[in-house]
Amino acid sequence: MTSSRNTTLVGFLILGLLLLVWEFLPPALGVPKFIIPTVSDMVLELGRMYRREHVIANTLSTAWFTLLGFLIGSTLGATIGYLLGFSRFWEKVLSPYILALQIAPKVAFAPLFIIWFGYNSIPKMLVAVLIVFFPVLVNVLAAMKTVDRDMVNLARAYSMSRWQIFIKVEFPSTLPNLMAGLRIATTLAVIGVVVGEMVGGNTGLGFLITYGGGQANAAMVFNSIVLLTLIGILLYTVLAALEERLLHYIPKKDH
Amino acid sequence: MALEFRNVTKTFGALGQKVVTAIEGVDFKVNKGEFVSVVGPSGCGKSTILSMTAGLYQPSSGEVLVSGEKVTKPNPHVGFMLQKDLLLPWRTIIKNVEFGLESRGVGKAERRDRAMAELERCHLAGFENQYPYQLSGGMRQRAALARTLAIDPDIILLDEPFSALDAQTKLLIQNSFAETIQEAGITTLLITHDLSEAVIMSDRVLVLSERPGTVIREMPIDLPDRAHPLKRRQMSEIHQHAAEIFALLKLDQRAT
Repeated sequence: MTSSRNTTLVGFLILGLLLLVWEFLPPALGVPKFIIPTVSDMVLELGRMYRREHVIANTLSTAWFTLLGFLIGSTLGATIGYLLGFSRFWEKVLSPYILALQIAPKVAFAPLFIIWFGYNSIPKMLVAVLIVFFPVLVNVLAAMKTVDRDMVNLARAYSMSRWQIFIKVEFPSTLPNLMAGLRIATTLAVIGVVVGEMVGGNTGLGFLITYGGGQANAAMVFNSIVLLTLIGILLYTVLAALEERLLHYIPKKDH
Repeated sequence: MALEFRNVTKTFGALGQKVVTAIEGVDFKVNKGEFVSVVGPSGCGKSTILSMTAGLYQPSSGEVLVSGEKVTKPNPHVGFMLQKDLLLPWRTIIKNVEFGLESRGVGKAERRDRAMAELERCHLAGFENQYPYQLSGGMRQRAALARTLAIDPDIILLDEPFSALDAQTKLLIQNSFAETIQEAGITTLLITHDLSEAVIMSDRVLVLSERPGTVIREMPIDLPDRAHPLKRRQMSEIHQHAAEIFALLKLDQRAT
């Protein structure tokens, strides 16, 4: 109990120290404000962004498409991962393509999507879907291949159907890997949407970053990055809590 | 007749690959209620016998019969248990015991009742809502036995169920398994590499040769107290039987 209170205390101390250094060190070294804005500049800028740049609407838009891209991409990734896990044949046939697509930098598809779908919200969502898809698929597929054969045989010996074996043995066995894939996916989804917004469009935090960058408004860029990080943290925290509930049967290691 | 192997041979390896003969001309019978152990050198096809009885795969020639019926696929007459307890970590103990009943159209309430009865028989009452990781290795094996017995099989196959346990737990669990099996009156085939375990627990021991495995000796163990391996362990005859098997397996020659 005391040790956890100590960690929180030290954590806040370090945060306070960091903010102080950020506020006072750059001016003391003569770094101009358009290179590194101070903390108070950023707070002032956030107020201006609230009045002039619809920062709340833009943040909500980015958050919404991050969530949507995450949900669609991970559903597709998990579904195809499980389907490939069922069939060794299709897994072997398709794995070179999966590997190639996995290596290809997904964000580079953003301009293509804009050519295809125009300057609207579809391209940025598609980038998020694409970037989220692979880590989930690969995690699920790897987990399906390492399901304990003896457990599957046990279910077979109990005359269970293929579907029952999947629902009662394989799916729960792969849950830890699925959750690990989803956790990676939350952070990637944010990247996907931001890249989509930076490449084309006039909404979202990615747009504010490009816009602020064009005006040499470093405070606006910093503020947008902070807000993006908050979206990522929020999504990650929700997922971590879900994982904690679902995987309660795995004993925790005490450090 | 609970289990019968009629001149069974099993080979592995597809066309073009090197063919391995796991067992050859294996022929034996197990009577109802009898406890039979199979011992042999490692790689002699002990586990092949088990998998074919469970119906996980078919003999290359010969036939396997359980309760007079030819085994062609996994069937409800056979329950099996391995060295690993194979408890599903995401289920509570009682839900694990119910696992085998879920594909048999047994209603929810009846499943629970039968599972509870088996847990009591295996001395696990009070642990039904725990998760496997909260139990010791010996208790987990007892839970696995409860799951195996819950489906009410004609025969249970035990594949080295005690070999992962520490020495003292092993003695206690052997004893508790023997009692439970005697009480249930169930036919049992135990596969083991532990010679004295085979002798203290069985009515009869089948000794297999090296690969390709075949039965080189059927040794009846005419001793009382089959339900109490701890008592049997004190008897001098046990050592004679074990020594005889030891000689049959030529273990002393392998040591050099």
